[in-house]
Amino acid sequence: MYEFVSGPLVWISFIVFIGGSLYRLVSMHKLAKKEKVIYPYMSLKYGLRSIIHWVIPFASTNMRRRPLMTVATFAFHICLVLTPVFLLSHNVLWRQSWKISWWTLPEGTADVMTVIVILAAFFFLARRLVLPEVRFVTFASDYVLLAIALAPFLTGFLAYHQWLPYKTILILHILSGELMLIAIPFTRLSHMLYFVFTRAYMGSEFGAVRNSKDW
Amino acid sequence: MAEPAKEIVVDPGLDETIKKLTSEKIEKTINKVLTKGAAARLKVYMQTCVHCGLCSEACHFYLSHDKDPRFSPVGKVKQTLWEIVKRKGRVDGEFIKNCSRIAHTECNVCRRCSMYCPFGIDMAYLLLLVRRICALLGVVPQYLQDTVNSHAVTMNQMWVKQDEWIDTLQWQEEDAQDEVKNARIPLDKEGAEIMYSVIGPEPKFLAQLLGNISMIMTVAGMDWTMPSFDGWDNSNMPMYSGDFENMARVERKHFEAAFKLKVKKIVMGECGHAFRGAVYDGPKWLAWKEPPVPLIHAVQFYYELIRDGKIKIARKFEQPVTIQEPCNIVRGRGLGDMLRYIMRAACEDFRDVYPRYEHNYCCAAGGGVINCGPPWKKSRVEGNRVKAEQLKATGAEIVVTPCHNCHSGIEDIINYHKLGMHVKFFSEILVDVMEIPDELKAE
Ligand code: HEM
Ligand code: SF4
Ligand code: SF4
Ligand code: SF4
Repeated sequence: MYEFVSGPLVWISFIVFIGGSLYRLVSMHKLAKKEKVIYPYMSLKYGLRSIIHWVIPFASTNMRRRPLMTVATFAFHICLVLTPVFLLSHNVLWRQSWKISWWTLPEGTADVMTVIVILAAFFFLARRLVLPEVRFVTFASDYVLLAIALAPFLTGFLAYHQWLPYKTILILHILSGELMLIAIPFTRLSHMLYFVFTRAYMGSEFGAVRNSKDW
Repeated sequence: MAEPAKEIVVDPGLDETIKKLTSEKIEKTINKVLTKGAAARLKVYMQTCVHCGLCSEACHFYLSHDKDPRFSPVGKVKQTLWEIVKRKGRVDGEFIKNCSRIAHTECNVCRRCSMYCPFGIDMAYLLLLVRRICALLGVVPQYLQDTVNSHAVTMNQMWVKQDEWIDTLQWQEEDAQDEVKNARIPLDKEGAEIMYSVIGPEPKFLAQLLGNISMIMTVAGMDWTMPSFDGWDNSNMPMYSGDFENMARVERKHFEAAFKLKVKKIVMGECGHAFRGAVYDGPKWLAWKEPPVPLIHAVQFYYELIRDGKIKIARKFEQPVTIQEPCNIVRGRGLGDMLRYIMRAACEDFRDVYPRYEHNYCCAAGGGVINCGPPWKKSRVEGNRVKAEQLKATGAEIVVTPCHNCHSGIEDIINYHKLGMHVKFFSEILVDVMEIPDELKAE
């Protein structure tokens, strides 16, 4: 079991993640070409201007209006992306299988970052349950997606501290990580792929056509 | 979630038209709209929206209804487009009627929400798609549809006939001459520098504005003209009903008038949506990147006249004034600073609003909502309590609205919320305060 999930299944999920993401982006590009006005409107300068204002904490009006959410979402996303890439134990695996490795996070820091992801995910859950404007637009799938994002971190945390049967948790951890990768291109988690494009498009419209700011 | 517990509004444009719909027709129309032309943005926006609700507080309808989630931008899209996509177009007439109510009367497509969504998702565009579906099915509020019909038949919004149009211009020219000697409204002057265009309701209800521009142009010594033929009306209601074929006809006609007169540029009167149609929606639908003739809004024109000293201010307007920043020229074109420049130049006591510039609230009249007529008036003025509060906080007595829809919409809000203010176009202030040189003063 362990051999399978940590061997072929890793390959499969990376292939699906990368292949699926490329497929998504290529089909977006093809559709966008058909809508004749999209590419001519795009502007590198204004696209970047918009992206920059929305990847810096508190750089947009709406982020300043909701400080708690802003802190939570930046902490969540930064830790969610960086922790798995720079985790020492993941790096050991890269080295074993592909003979590559890079800088790693101190273990204590990685542990804290994992906890941040978990806490932020529960914050998102609470928001979804409590705020009427979020609850009104919530589908069951939103909880599932949140769970998919949370699972690798929760199981990783448990595995690291070895509080439950290690082997089982480890297998669950690997499986949930693979599930997350596979889910990215095919669910609303694909916002990761589209973010720069939707932002750049709106930024270009606001900057180049409407002569105003979009943050 | 409970269905909207709202007052029932009777509108034959919705109630009667849905009786003729069949489920096959609905499904076919929806699939046509959603797969042809609209595919890229629709698809990406649907897959990107993480249902976070962060766009909610952008919307004046949401804020004015004590944060009722049915009025948030994403809430409106959820009740309409998401449901349509989820059910693959298999919805009934009653559902389409609800879609029209939400998309035509509870959203001004003012695009404030796209500045609040972290992904920059264009919810106004999605709600315009809903309008498009409704329009193709013939389900459009009756008053709005009447203006669209007028556009389709006469190329102007108000069934104005050509002789009425010319008569009105001549009558206003004479009126202007009571104040400014030699004031003219030159018709069809080929090769003039400027073509001036207005919206259909101007000759119909607010003809004195045509007299105002005649005085301003004459004092400023401009080489200008107005077309006596179709294309003089720059307004565009099909753009808001969802009848984009007629929207394109109207925009083309407007530009063709400018070509025919061989003018160097078009100056458009004080209207927000007309400007948006000419600068953005029209060209976009026609797959032009930019308008084919340079074109500026009256606010920019007045700014240039005052800045260059072509119009001098004799004595400033004294009452405290504030502004309604029309979304379509401020969020839509960045004219906020020019508007403040002319306000400060012409008025002693200018009181700024908050929130302002691109963050200003829409008036709730735009986007065709006021054109949906009396049946929807109550919902419109109640849907913009925040605007009333915002204006009241300025302590001003006059609100300048360089947009026709804002003008009527703000007037309704002032009356309903008993603010005791008055509404003016900028040109009304300008003719009051500008210096008329002695040689041009009428005896
Ligand atoms: C790296 C590029 C990414 C960017 C730019 C990005 C951006 C965003 C933004 C702007 C939001 C909107 C709401 C908010 O601010 O929280 C959001 C929400 C969310 N993101 Fe991402 N994201 C990225 C990657 C990911 C990945 C890889 C995952 C997980 C697999 C993820 C999971 C989520 C979840 C679960 C939410 C919803 C929170 C809620 O329930 O309200 N994101 N993301
Ligand atoms: S009225 Fe304006 S802010 Fe509200 S949903 Fe429509 S476009 Fe967005
Ligand atoms: S439109 Fe944007 S802000 Fe609104 S719910 Fe969707 S992702 Fe969130
Ligand atoms: S009427 Fe005025 S404020 Fe209202 S939508 Fe149009 S431009 Fe915006």
